[in-house]
Amino acid sequence: MRHTISVQVENKFGVLSRVAGLFSGRGYNIESISVGETLDPKISVMTIVTRGENQIVEQINKQLNKLIDVIKVQDLFDVDHVEREMVMIKITPTQEQKAEVLRLAEIFRGRVVDSSLKTYTIEITGDESKIEAFLELVKPMGVKEFVRSGKIAIARERSRG
Amino acid sequence: MKVSGAEIVVESLKKEGVTHIFGYPGGVVLNLFDYLYDAKDIKLILTRHEQGATHMADGYARSSGKVGVALVTSGPGATNTVTGIATAAMDSIPIVVLTGQVPTMLIGNDAFQEADIVGITRPCTKYNYLVKNIDDLAPTIREAFHIASSGRPGPVLIDLPKDISAGTGNFNWPEKIQIRSYNPTVEGNRKMIEKAVDEIAKSKKPVIIAGGGVILSNASDELRELAELTQVPVITTLMGIGSFPSVHPLSLGMPGMHGTYYANMAIQDSDLIVAVGMRFDDRVTGKISAFAPHATIVHIDIDPTSIRKNVHVDIPIVGDSKNILTTLNQIVRTQQKTQWTEIRKAWLKQLDDWKQLKPMSYKYSDTVIKPQYVIEKLYEATGGDAIITTEVGQNQMWAAQFFKFDKPRTFLTSGGLGTMGYGFPAAIGAQVANPDKTVIDIAGDGSIQMNIQELATAVVYELPVKVAILNNRYLGMVRQWQEMFFNERYSHSNLNVVPDFVKVAEAYSAVGLRAEKPSDVEPVIREALKTKKPVFMDFVIDWKEKVFPMVPAGAAIDQMIFDEEEPKKEKETKKLKAVK
Ligand SMILES: Cc1ncc(C[n+]2csc(CCOP(=O)(O)OP(=O)(O)O)c2C)c(N)n1
Ligand SMILES: [Mg+2]
Repeated sequence: MRHTISVQVENKFGVLSRVAGLFSGRGYNIESISVGETLDPKISVMTIVTRGENQIVEQINKQLNKLIDVIKVQDLFDVDHVEREMVMIKITPTQEQKAEVLRLAEIFRGRVVDSSLKTYTIEITGDESKIEAFLELVKPMGVKEFVRSGKIAIARERSRG
Repeated sequence: MKVSGAEIVVESLKKEGVTHIFGYPGGVVLNLFDYLYDAKDIKLILTRHEQGATHMADGYARSSGKVGVALVTSGPGATNTVTGIATAAMDSIPIVVLTGQVPTMLIGNDAFQEADIVGITRPCTKYNYLVKNIDDLAPTIREAFHIASSGRPGPVLIDLPKDISAGTGNFNWPEKIQIRSYNPTVEGNRKMIEKAVDEIAKSKKPVIIAGGGVILSNASDELRELAELTQVPVITTLMGIGSFPSVHPLSLGMPGMHGTYYANMAIQDSDLIVAVGMRFDDRVTGKISAFAPHATIVHIDIDPTSIRKNVHVDIPIVGDSKNILTTLNQIVRTQQKTQWTEIRKAWLKQLDDWKQLKPMSYKYSDTVIKPQYVIEKLYEATGGDAIITTEVGQNQMWAAQFFKFDKPRTFLTSGGLGTMGYGFPAAIGAQVANPDKTVIDIAGDGSIQMNIQELATAVVYELPVKVAILNNRYLGMVRQWQEMFFNERYSHSNLNVVPDFVKVAEAYSAVGLRAEKPSDVEPVIREALKTKKPVFMDFVIDWKEKVFPMVPAGAAIDQMIFDEEEPKKEKETKKLKAVK
């Protein structure tokens, strides 16, 4: 089962390697990890996507909590949340495909962030399925390279209004 | 007012109540050593190896309950501490290790004697620090001691760049510490504790398994109260030895690979296990899918990650053992109506039968010294009033099986990491903390050679530790496995040349005694205990002796092999002897 875990940590050197070491040292797998500052610059949030049986993920959550620099761990598996990932894709369409690429980018609310004679670099933001779908569609037009940001996620507020 | 970094370090240690540091000097810690030269109320014990220093700090901590401290230089000094740190980490022992580091400016430059010790020890410390600002020194040390000794204790390392200990800054001693991301749960959940009491009252065949956590939280009295109140027998893991008196009628001894017949049978037959401060190590559980098939499991532990790591737990209670057992006992005492003795009668009878059927035993010989005999005689001669440390191997298991412990903090052994070379320096550390106690390292001839240099430390500081070397001329435990599971192919387990330990002792100005036949054993022990100096007792034991019972790796714990079931192998044995 895949879990997205949001981890609040002290913004200190070495913390990322403690978290990464926890995974590597115990043979747990990290699918993606992204880190950034929060409102409070002394705190960072890591969004970690991992996969494992329930018991393994329970251990991961507990082990994360046990790290001295970890302030809060939230497994978003059972929590209503919004997920986003950004991807930048360098595409090499033929002259005839160029219009199609731009059309697809528009449908996916992507932006062209760079272009050259032979390439377009397109930025797409969305949840995983959207990104996968876009990649699938542009693949036949020649994808030279892409980079993904890793997922970030935030819990939805329960009461609206 | 600004003061030197060295002063801040040493004065902070004093504020933490540190009286002894186990250390070894080098270039980047010279300022610290210089300050220690005439510092009052704090003594540096110069070891002969940094591994020795960390094990001494560990033995000091285990035997006293205080935090042990080691101080070493950068690079090789720091890397030499790693085994000691990992040993302490596996057994949850509070030590603080101070390492020197190259000047901040040079970090990352592959400078002379630079090692990234913070990186190296990240996975084997509870926490570690690189101090980059002198003003942070005092708060860091305060925090380090707090982290090392609270929650599930463990080793903490502080890396001190040369410019930090040599520079000047502010002594910012914080009276209080508050780490927002570190708040171990100490009080157990009341509802869960009540449930546990219900289970104990309902159970027909309960056992308590007590581990090192009981000792760490000083919960022996509470454990005993629980056992006696509810008439539940107690099994003590290797790390839990001493948490419950082994001569108590409710004691079942040690479980697992070399555990007693009756402890393992009790676990397998039990309908309730109350596990306190233990973590279901694979040496305890054997084949996990066959472990305690009928038992409901109550697991009390301060570390939530220990719970449900290896075995299914029905009632998890996270918190400090002492607190939880206190509450548990209070609730039990209000349950007047339960006739504890009555409801336990059949179960205790069953356990007694098992004890009668296969008690811990060995075959005495009057021609060759049996290691178990040596340990029995050590027990008799000391009246059990001693701190026993062990090395690793057969010696460790025989010590655990045949010495009797009735007090916590009297049996110090590397349980988790199984570190050969632990016992002797740990004994020295324990002797520093307990100058008036008899401290004995029960050693193997292999293990003792791993930190034998610390004999100099014992001699210099007049620490009269005793070492009982069970000398079988073999890496005995390895040899045992090879005999039993590798068709007697004794690949590299014969030590061939074992030094003359009597002469070694004498070379260090200590005392060496040798026992070659059973009748020598008692006189040698008596002589050693009378001697006010460190003593090596070289017991030339039966090299064929094996540790029993034994659960083969991967088998269920009721699949024990006993001595008498061993097929006779006289012929092969003779052949082997000829090769020697
Ligand atoms: C540092 C270290 N290296 C290797 C081992 C593996 N090992 C476990 S027991 C043992 C043999 C110990 O020999 P000895 O100290 O003579 O004890 P005996 O078993 O003979 O009593 C070895 C090599 C270990 N536990 N620790
Ligand atoms: Mg040996």
